[in-house]
Amino acid sequence: MSAEVKGRDRVVGVVTPIVLLGLWELAAQFGLLDARFFPPPSAIVHQFATLVASGELGANVIASLKRLALGMLLGGVPALFLGLAMGISRPLRAAIDPLISATYPIPKSAILPLVLLIFGLGEMSKVVMVALGAFYPIIINTVVGVANIDKIYLDVGHNYRASRWQVFRTIALPGALPSIMAGVKLAVGMGLILIAISEMVAANDGIGYMIWNAWQVLTVDTMYVGLLVIAVLGFLFSIVLDEIEHRLIPWKRRA
Amino acid sequence: MAIASTLSRQGRPELVSSTPQLSLSGVSKYFGTSGFVALDGITMDIPQGQFFVIVGPSGCGKTTLLRILAGLDTQSSGTVAVNRTDEKRPVNSMIFQGDSLFPWMTVFDNAAYGLRMRRVPEAQVSDTVHTWLERIGLWRFRDRYPNQLSGGMRQRVSIVRAFANDPEILFMDEPFSALDEQNKLLLHEELLRIWEATKKTVVFITHSVDEAVTLGDRIMIMTANPGRAKAVLEVPFPRPRNVLELRQKPSYGDLVFHIWEQLREEVQRARQNAEGEKV
Repeated sequence: MSAEVKGRDRVVGVVTPIVLLGLWELAAQFGLLDARFFPPPSAIVHQFATLVASGELGANVIASLKRLALGMLLGGVPALFLGLAMGISRPLRAAIDPLISATYPIPKSAILPLVLLIFGLGEMSKVVMVALGAFYPIIINTVVGVANIDKIYLDVGHNYRASRWQVFRTIALPGALPSIMAGVKLAVGMGLILIAISEMVAANDGIGYMIWNAWQVLTVDTMYVGLLVIAVLGFLFSIVLDEIEHRLIPWKRRA
Repeated sequence: MAIASTLSRQGRPELVSSTPQLSLSGVSKYFGTSGFVALDGITMDIPQGQFFVIVGPSGCGKTTLLRILAGLDTQSSGTVAVNRTDEKRPVNSMIFQGDSLFPWMTVFDNAAYGLRMRRVPEAQVSDTVHTWLERIGLWRFRDRYPNQLSGGMRQRVSIVRAFANDPEILFMDEPFSALDEQNKLLLHEELLRIWEATKKTVVFITHSVDEAVTLGDRIMIMTANPGRAKAVLEVPFPRPRNVLELRQKPSYGDLVFHIWEQLREEVQRARQNAEGEKV
């Protein structure tokens, strides 16, 4: 593909949403759209600026990010280690695989009442929800990543007398890393969904709370700001994760 | 076996030391309940410093035999005795068929793998790997990953990985079978050059008669189904060998032809057996 075509694609990609936003703005201004449900983008931007200036938006974003980060650690780290151990040890895999298969299909949002019952309305319940969402994609992808490592690499490790720990460090972990990263990306997406849901039900701050509260007091502009912020967060996460993947897995880059 | 005996008289007796490096006695391998006999009573002494080649049709169990010798597989019966000359050095290193370099390590880290696994001090690892990569012309590619190298370069790195580990015995399992003819020729020359400088005991497996005669001191011809040692020939050509000059010699052609005749019977017999089983 030529650079010219690529450049054109990029321009089209930027122009399309701008045109659509322009149409939305005009339609709302001229009354073609009901501004109660679809406030014009200018009103949303104005509300965004107000919420930023008052510090309300910043406080909510930080509250959500904190829960998200803690939940990712709480769910992701055990998932990673358990997944690696299961990938290496066949008995462990046989013991734990059925448990994972049985509990994985339960919608995490359906567990929220139980989590609230156990952990109360404090921070812990939200963190646990994110942890539950992060745990499954990471453990499943880690096990698959280790199990799919080409057997010849384990033969090489054996032939060069690598110890169990050395096999783990030099073969299992790096060999499974691409699959683990795919799991982490899914986990972050799942975490964003769950943090929004649990904050709507049981929190006094956070983006999810902000959106739900906006519905209750019918400040539709604020609701849109919340949606916009979640979308931007998801987009930023995917950029950051791509960059991390790029650095962590340099051998996947092409020559 | 007239030719074999004349050849052995022309061979190099000084290589045959009193205790063999590897001593196989009645090594057999059966698979499962089907009673399939992959290896049937292989008995063989391999002297220290010899380049020993096993040639045979596919399915004759030669890879199984090598894996047993390297300790990656176990025999059903028989014994393999390894006589070590230096307890500090590793017993063996294997050069595998196909891509066995770790894709997630650079050329340098791949080459250093064996040394690091046995916790050689990093300064010494660095020196040794540098020397070997220099010797095989890959030092300037040390920071590349395997997917940035050609197939021939990758196989050169796995040769370096094995040699740098400085084992007593090198096992090679059809290391060049995936390469094109030009690359194969270059790698034969390079392998001979570095092997002649180190004189390690080598057990080399191939289905290519040319490769066997070009590289080996002694060649074992294997039969398929069951895998047996059909004949053992000495290769009379002096070292250092020049691959191209060697291949022009009439005696080279004669030896290749002689081995081919024996192998052809085997391949035909194996094919007939296979067809007989289908009927």
